[in-house]
Amino acid sequence: MEKYRFLLSGSGGQGVITMAIILAEAAAIYEDRVAVQSQSYGPEARGGATRSDVILSDSEIYFPKVNQPNVLVALTNEAANKYLGLILPGGLCLFDSELVQPSAKVDFIHYGIPMFRAVKEKFGRTQAYNVCVLGALATITGAVRLESLEKVLNSRFASAHHAANKQALELGAELARPLLA
Amino acid sequence: MSVNNYIRERFFPHLWCPGCGHGTILNALLRTVESLGIDKSNMCMVSGIGCSARISGYVDFHSMHSMHGRALACATGIKMIKPELNVVVPMGDGDAMAIGGNHFIHACRRNIDMVAIIMNNRIYGMTGGQYSPLSGSGILATTAPYRSIDREFDATQLAMGAGATFVARTTAFHVKEIGSLLKKAFEHKGFSVVEVLTQCPTYFGRKNKFGGPVQMLEWYRDNTAPLGSKKLEENSDLIPRGVFRQVDAPEYCAEYAKIVEKAHKE
Amino acid sequence: MSHKTTPDICFVQGNEACVRGALYAGLRFFAGYPITPSTEIAEHLAEQLPRAGGRFIQMEDEIASMCAVCGASLAGAKAMTATSGPGFSLKQEAIGYAVMTEIPCVVVNVQRAGPSTGLATKVAQGDVNQARWGTHGDHSIVVLTASSVQDVFNVTIEAFNIAETYRTPVILLFDEVVGHMREKLVIPPEGEIPVVQRLRTEVKPGVNYHPYLPREDGRLPMSDFGGAHRYNVTGLYHDIWGFPTENPEQVDKLIHHLVDKLENRAEKLALWKEYYVEDAEHLLISYGSSARSARHLVETRRAKGDRIGLLELQTLWPFPAQLVREKTAKAKNIFMVEMNMGQVLAQVKQVVQRPDRVFLVNSMDGQMVTPADIGKIMRVVEGRGF
Repeated sequence: MEKYRFLLSGSGGQGVITMAIILAEAAAIYEDRVAVQSQSYGPEARGGATRSDVILSDSEIYFPKVNQPNVLVALTNEAANKYLGLILPGGLCLFDSELVQPSAKVDFIHYGIPMFRAVKEKFGRTQAYNVCVLGALATITGAVRLESLEKVLNSRFASAHHAANKQALELGAELARPLLA
Repeated sequence: MSVNNYIRERFFPHLWCPGCGHGTILNALLRTVESLGIDKSNMCMVSGIGCSARISGYVDFHSMHSMHGRALACATGIKMIKPELNVVVPMGDGDAMAIGGNHFIHACRRNIDMVAIIMNNRIYGMTGGQYSPLSGSGILATTAPYRSIDREFDATQLAMGAGATFVARTTAFHVKEIGSLLKKAFEHKGFSVVEVLTQCPTYFGRKNKFGGPVQMLEWYRDNTAPLGSKKLEENSDLIPRGVFRQVDAPEYCAEYAKIVEKAHKE
Repeated sequence: MSHKTTPDICFVQGNEACVRGALYAGLRFFAGYPITPSTEIAEHLAEQLPRAGGRFIQMEDEIASMCAVCGASLAGAKAMTATSGPGFSLKQEAIGYAVMTEIPCVVVNVQRAGPSTGLATKVAQGDVNQARWGTHGDHSIVVLTASSVQDVFNVTIEAFNIAETYRTPVILLFDEVVGHMREKLVIPPEGEIPVVQRLRTEVKPGVNYHPYLPREDGRLPMSDFGGAHRYNVTGLYHDIWGFPTENPEQVDKLIHHLVDKLENRAEKLALWKEYYVEDAEHLLISYGSSARSARHLVETRRAKGDRIGLLELQTLWPFPAQLVREKTAKAKNIFMVEMNMGQVLAQVKQVVQRPDRVFLVNSMDGQMVTPADIGKIMRVVEGRGF
């Protein structure tokens, strides 16, 4: 497996950090890979731009932070503006096409998906937004299997949410698949 | 059984000055524990720093001579682990009302079952006679050469305001009353505060021309009156003595036992 | 803990690994006060301690928390508190009390940037000397660190074992990065990692028990408050009964006992990890999260054939002088990687043969020192420019 250096970013309340934890835990616990997750703490964790780093690897991870992501997730314009410049040239960026208009100057592979709108249309609410992003992210990168993410979600949330989480994961995957063709 | 069974004789003579009221409190405490028939091994005393704090060395209990003001916090740790112990915490002015003031109000608030004795001599004796939060204004002390301008705490009012469920006051003159109030305090399930006005002839008395120990004790006799007494009703300048409050409220360790039960179920 | 035979595998923060390690070691009492970045330790223990039959209390302040730990330990419970930054300053008084009265306990300090309120949510390693000398008066103390979630778990158990064996406070000096980062944690079945139980006296009730009379092996068997033996504990210099004394001979004996019981065992208490030290021309020394950056650089440059190695210290105090002297003997250049102004650097310089060949690589801006930071300083030292 190639080494994944994810930088997940958005605004407080979008579930960015939870998303990062689920992604890393899925790889570490259900796919027996090495994973490190870290996050920025402080006022920004209570509204404003929020960021969490996840590194996935087959071998030991030393430096735990992501300085140059090969995968960036940006869920707000503010986050995109702040972190797009860090991306490894030729790296991949998943962004919410409804919320983010990324700079055309940066060399990266675009994956713009209107995930927020899709979640709102399907569920009438946006709680499962980050799960939908995870579904899209896993599909685009192949970094973790959807089943692994589902296992983590089932272990972390009450059974009442299991069905909706699965639907949200699949929604993200469905939205992402056409872009890979 | 004699009260001598409750002391560590090898630790005597004690270090208190002649005429100090602290020994009277020790005496009343030992007689109370004896009268209640509490086994010495079920008694735990935690003290802070100061003249009052040395009392913990003299009793044949489990004894922790801790840090200035920190006795209640240390005692809280002991009580949480051994709720069955009878914990008594004697404190001086500084221990209870100054450096340990925060621990005091929070122990009152938690209503953890222990007996706090405030040995109020209106002075810092161990360090040689500086004014305390219980001195009040107009008092001479080594750090108040022009007389103190600090107002004093009313320890009983503070205790009640902070939520203590048993609050009482007496003086070193009223020896039997110390015993009867301590007895009630030990029998009360919750945080009990007993303030005892106790004379420091060496530093407070001498400096403020209060006379010797006898005169100071007479002052307590003449300037205090029992709660509900005609004497007190007729003269509001007198310092009230007796039980100010005794109410039942959930005790902290008992409540925590319920948490343990709850945690096991979930 | 149940009698499982398979390990428990989870994905947790360093702070939770500390909690799991403490519970594995038999923690039964925790008192604390919320402070970033250590708060998760209190939060997890509030939930998990009562389940383990223990007691959790959120005290009115940092001081009270440390005092309650002292009391609870005397009452027979393995006890711990956790804090950061200013909270560690406030605990120093009662840490000194625990040193003097030989109360076994564990104090976690998840370091953040100081002085004062500093950077409450950012990483630093500036409390190394405070952990050693924060409380007044001459004394010795044990300070351990960790660089990964698994290591946090392991050294936490070790901290309790040392605390119980030597009747001393042990400081766990973590940092914000290690405390907050999540990694896989493998918790072995009960019994797999040795746990030192409290040594209690065998002196029968009614027979004189001397709480401060060391056995031949130097250990002091304890008796729980509330147990058969009633004795005195004081922060004053005391005799074998625990009674205050000013006798110069007894005072002298006690201070030497308190210092020697740890300093004489510095090598035994030394925990460390090493990578490619044997033939390293360039030796990096580090600890905590900075050791991860050092390791990153070492692995990268080893792959290119450079003779570079890393000594990761897990015991900072008592300073493992002998170990550092031996491991650095062959190195041409030594790079001390830490996030402070050179607190361990000063110790290293004292024990190596060539102090002029010891260089500091640090970061003091609230950000983790990076492999690139280390690489830059090395280039300068090697005469290859910045």
